[in-house]
Amino acid sequence: MLLENLGLALESLRANKMRAMLTMLGIIIGISSVIAILSIGNSLTNGLSSEVGSLGASTVYVSLTAKTSSGSTADVLSVPRINDQDLLSEDLINQFAETYSENVKAISLNQNVADGTAREGKRYANMSIVGVNTGYGMANEVELVKGRFINDKDVVGVKSVGVISDKAAKNLYGNEDPLLKEAKVYTQKGVRSYTIVGVYKSKETPGASSMANEKDSSTSVYIPLSTASQETGTKGYSSFAAIAADQKVSLLGEKIDKFFGANYRNEKWEIKTINMESELESIIKMLGMASMAVGVIAGISLVVGGVGVMNIMLVSVTERTREIGARKALGAKRSHIRAQFVIESVILSLAGGVIGITLGVAIASLFAMFAKQTLSLDIRQIAMCVAFSMAIGIFFGYYPANKASKLDPIEALRYE
Amino acid sequence: MLLELKNIVKKYYIGTENELEILKNVSLSVRKGEFVAIVGPSGSGKSTFMNMIGALDKPTSGEYFLNGNPVHKMDDDELSEIRNREIGFVFQNFNLIPRSSALKNVALPMLYAGISKSKRMARAKDLLGLVGMGERAGHQPNELSGGQKQRVAIARALANDPAILLADEPTGALDSKTGDMIMELFLKINREEGKTIVLITHSEKLASQSGRVVAVSDGKITNQ
Ligand SMILES: Nc1ncnc2c1ncn2[C@@H]1O[C@H](COP(=O)(O)OP(=O)(O)OP(=O)(O)O)[C@@H](O)[C@H]1O
Ligand SMILES: [Mg+2]
Repeated sequence: MLLENLGLALESLRANKMRAMLTMLGIIIGISSVIAILSIGNSLTNGLSSEVGSLGASTVYVSLTAKTSSGSTADVLSVPRINDQDLLSEDLINQFAETYSENVKAISLNQNVADGTAREGKRYANMSIVGVNTGYGMANEVELVKGRFINDKDVVGVKSVGVISDKAAKNLYGNEDPLLKEAKVYTQKGVRSYTIVGVYKSKETPGASSMANEKDSSTSVYIPLSTASQETGTKGYSSFAAIAADQKVSLLGEKIDKFFGANYRNEKWEIKTINMESELESIIKMLGMASMAVGVIAGISLVVGGVGVMNIMLVSVTERTREIGARKALGAKRSHIRAQFVIESVILSLAGGVIGITLGVAIASLFAMFAKQTLSLDIRQIAMCVAFSMAIGIFFGYYPANKASKLDPIEALRYE
Repeated sequence: MLLELKNIVKKYYIGTENELEILKNVSLSVRKGEFVAIVGPSGSGKSTFMNMIGALDKPTSGEYFLNGNPVHKMDDDELSEIRNREIGFVFQNFNLIPRSSALKNVALPMLYAGISKSKRMARAKDLLGLVGMGERAGHQPNELSGGQKQRVAIARALANDPAILLADEPTGALDSKTGDMIMELFLKINREEGKTIVLITHSEKLASQSGRVVAVSDGKITNQ
């Protein structure tokens, strides 16, 4: 019986392809957006987790932010300039690191010096000079391809050494070994020369690689922090990063808040800590909210789709009134007629669901391709969509089917 | 008696000003194996009466026993079952299921009777052979001529080996030659299978070929 009804339903859909397609549209849109959003959400969450993980899940980022004077939004727009005396001193940061040595694995400090261009004959590479301490390499997971990173000796000795990116090395020296070469960096303040002691792997920034002037894109040259402060004349920091021991980020965050809350007193500024764990949580929360919003829209379009199914089933029942009459005359019970039409509407909405899922997966894979994320599909979500579209078929198909089953056979047979 | 209708009354618009009494206290008995032709002027109530016999309609009052079953007391699903097992319908306009092959059409009443697919298909094939449509089993209704459609419809009416075959002007939509051939088929089924047949016709010639003529006029049977 079920098989016969399935056959019948497919037959009647095939006979009205265009109509069936249009009817399915609502369900297709609804289901495809649900699947696309869920899959994109999955990929983004996965992508973010791994990205944030590589960014240093055990790192707490500390920065100075302007105190918000009770409720005036104007302050947010006009951020005041940080004066040198407001900066966090190196001494204070070191004091913190010593006080909580069991919580802190390393402190990462950096100072921007200047932007410039390194030249070697006709070759050049754009660079920004950044002073760093040893902890910087760890906090930012700088990956070396050659030589070494800035070490404590460089910092103590205020040496003129530098670590450049593989990109810059290639631009400047081609296939030659860049180690121990003198890199001359031309800035607005004059020419600086650094002995290259290491080469690091430049990080892929999504989207940047497609830029036409990739060759011209600037990378950092890392020099010892002490060398940098000599240059800039400042010994304070508006931000730093701390790496937590044993990956206890939240704990370290609390310690930082406590220590600097007590020891850094300023009228206009206060410190703010960010760790990727909590950031990630809030990003996922936001993503969840976005999914919900799209879910509501998808839900509405599914209801609209369902009503469309109901409408077309009512049309189908009316069109086939005589057929229903004939079936009843031949001995079809109410349940037979009802099953026939419910199954037809389930097939209709299920087909819409399957097309919708395919479309949704296609959209999600397209997104994944452009966003350089790996597509992640959840088989349970897909199964849920299949079940849901079947449920729509049953729910919205029942009323027309029941109406058909209750038709009076004589009136149905006489219907013109 | 295979079929016994006693004092059947059918009214429409009951209790309103324009109450209509279509069947006025009609009684009829049919024995097994009889071939009865119902004749009468248009609008006299023949089809209404036939629907009553076919358990498609219930009388306003009166009793109806078919093969001993009290049809007048049955509910919707019971009527469906009695139509399925005891009655074979042949309509003036065939009423084949569209987009469904001749074979499937013939098998349909057996599907509703819960007969297995292999048995259904085998019997449907036999029946199509019986009505001379064996070659056309796979054809859909819109690929068949009127006469062919009616043959398929007759095969379908015989599917569950019903107690009685009912035909409301089965030749009404056919030319006289094709109509004669369909009438031949009915006579053959009556003669060879012993099937009880009640048939409405406007043709005196066809009526004269039956075993018994029942004339209906203004909702009453005027001669049996
Ligand atoms: N559902 C209904 N409501 C009201 N009147 C009806 C209904 N069905 C039939 N009638 C009336 O009952 C009368 C008998 O109709 P019926 O169809 O039985 O006639 P008939 O003898 O079969 O005529 P014909 O030879 O033209 O087919 C007609 O006057 C018709 O208008
Ligand atoms: Mg009639």
